[in-house]
Amino acid sequence: MLRYVIHRLLVMIPTLLAISVITFIIIQLPPGDFLSAQLAEMRAQGEQIQGGKIDYLRQLYGLDRPVWEQYLYWLWGLLHGDLGWSFEYDRPVTEVIGDRFFLTFVLAFTTVLVTWAIAFPIGIYSATHKYTWSDHGLTFLGFLGLATPNFLLALVLQYYANVYLGLSIGGLVDAEFIDQPMSWAKFLSVLQHLWIPVLIIGTAGTAGMIRRLRANLLDELRKPYVVTAKAKGLPPGRALVKYPLRMALNPFIADIGNLLPELISGAALVSVVLSLPTNGPVLVRALQTQDMYLAGSMLMLEAILVVVGVLVSDLLLAWLDPRIRFGGGQAR
Amino acid sequence: MSTQERPEHWVDTEPFDPHEGEKALTPEQEAYYTASQWKLMWWRFKRHRLALVSMWLLAILYGSLLVTEVIAPYNAHTRNASVIHAPPQAPHLFHEGRLVGPFVYGFSYRLNMENLKREYVPDPGKVQKLRFLCRGDPYSFWGAFEADFHLVCPAEGGTFHLLGTDRLGRDMLSRILYGARVSLTVGLVGIAVSFTLGIVLGGISGYYGGWIDNLIQRVIEVIRSFPTIPLWLSLSAAMPVTWDPLWVYFGITMILGLIDWTGLARAVRSKILSLREEEFAQAARLMGARPSRIIGRHLVPSFMSHLIASATLSIPGMILGETALSFLGLGVRPPMTSWGVLLNEAQNVNVVALYPWLMLPVVPVIVVVLAFNFLGDGLRDAADPYSD
Repeated sequence: MLRYVIHRLLVMIPTLLAISVITFIIIQLPPGDFLSAQLAEMRAQGEQIQGGKIDYLRQLYGLDRPVWEQYLYWLWGLLHGDLGWSFEYDRPVTEVIGDRFFLTFVLAFTTVLVTWAIAFPIGIYSATHKYTWSDHGLTFLGFLGLATPNFLLALVLQYYANVYLGLSIGGLVDAEFIDQPMSWAKFLSVLQHLWIPVLIIGTAGTAGMIRRLRANLLDELRKPYVVTAKAKGLPPGRALVKYPLRMALNPFIADIGNLLPELISGAALVSVVLSLPTNGPVLVRALQTQDMYLAGSMLMLEAILVVVGVLVSDLLLAWLDPRIRFGGGQAR
Repeated sequence: MSTQERPEHWVDTEPFDPHEGEKALTPEQEAYYTASQWKLMWWRFKRHRLALVSMWLLAILYGSLLVTEVIAPYNAHTRNASVIHAPPQAPHLFHEGRLVGPFVYGFSYRLNMENLKREYVPDPGKVQKLRFLCRGDPYSFWGAFEADFHLVCPAEGGTFHLLGTDRLGRDMLSRILYGARVSLTVGLVGIAVSFTLGIVLGGISGYYGGWIDNLIQRVIEVIRSFPTIPLWLSLSAAMPVTWDPLWVYFGITMILGLIDWTGLARAVRSKILSLREEEFAQAARLMGARPSRIIGRHLVPSFMSHLIASATLSIPGMILGETALSFLGLGVRPPMTSWGVLLNEAQNVNVVALYPWLMLPVVPVIVVVLAFNFLGDGLRDAADPYSD
């Protein structure tokens, strides 16, 4: 097991390096840089800027250096926990996204749990009641969840939550709690607001997971050992839970790796619509204003979150399933 | 060694008819056994009713793209300042118990001074009979020549907004129809890109193995580590603002395809890994076929149907992706119209409360995505016609 863990950790290093290179290339892609965008905006507003000041700022931020030097500088900072300087907010990136990243994480984590909590019973029910009306109905509902764009669902649900439940629109807490220290009342308010985004972000993932669990379980239920178990007189509940379900669980855990990028993507969109204080809105804004260190660090952190998620799911799988542990790291 | 007595050989005295086995087949059976693989797939596919319906629906939708200008009652860009944010006009047949034929009631307009909402109420006094196969709003057919022929037009001087109008008084129905051109083709062009990349890279990876396989697998892993929407966002933010909308459109499809190919490449790789040791592949190799020929001519066609099924299943993701990007204002840009661009107007809660018909473009999105999912499901089942 230890060998497997070390192997997995070592494999992560080149992956992360490659991710950092791609991230850096992506944020360098747009023509010009933050200063030139800023400059154009200031010119448009009729302000006069001396050339000297621009050069000074360029030098200050290291924008006049060659690209690879900027990259190494950025990477070096990353390794030391310094994510660079946000031009737009004029603060260190760490400060800008600290809380937001935490909230993104909370959102993603809660959504994974909720997704499981919903997908699990429905998937089992669908598989054991194959081709009944309720199975067809649930499958269709799942498809519908898959097909509806999240952001619109967010909009509509938000409106009705406001009209019928009196929830305030947008944000993750009621307005009076913003900027207040954490308290029980604030926590409750967060919970009140959290369910809408969690439910919405979870829809697509839940639908996919129900379908996979149903398919896996159906495959298992067809196998002879289930027939044997039933023939031996095992009660139906045990004959389902004891072995087939356990076998069908593997993909569930393997799916954390696929689920996380999906969730973070969904969260980005839904957050923009619901104006949640997570990464989404800031990332969109940062990309539009070419606030390169902010955008880059955020993209990088999200990718790292995914890589770590995949690692966790691989380790869990290896722990659960000896075939993987001894199979030399072929997890997916 | 013991000499075992052989049983006596039994010989049938009946005359031998070499075609006897075939006679036993009913014509249906014969058709089944001689059918080609594609024919078997088609029969299998036809059994999946939902998939069949979805296929026809999609065929009709894609067919309509050819003649959007004629079907749409208005031009997508015609503004009408007298009907801004007007609600949908329901078509009627009877006016005061008398058959008039398809018509709509004209609007009477009032500005609500309390919430400054423009209120349009159907006015029973204004019966506006629809015209069919008529001349109406001028348009440029495929940008090639000017015309003004429509399937249906409003009465002279009247309006016909089946799905309401937007903030500039443009007809929603027409805009949705025009938007379909972009939204429906994004998926196809995107899948073409991702299909090519997936087959080529997955094929190389699976066929050669070794370090090149390792390299491609690592690249796939890295690409899959990025959450898709932030990655799409970053890449589309990299497209210069000065680009022509058409370029942006191709840029978007490229982005969607460039990120999507990884799943397909993995599928291709695993199939090729198992197939490359088969006799037919070895025979081709021994006869001196080049790797590109072995992959493209012998290996890939043997699981093409699976590839088509999985490609069909990934088109909806692309359509939703384009919608999401355009919704955030980072995708297709006006004046080009797509369903996402239309939904961009439905960005805040006011719309849900005041102008819910602006959210209607989501209906075709859902329908098309569902249809592709069902079609893909049917294709996947049909891809393996020899199973059970």
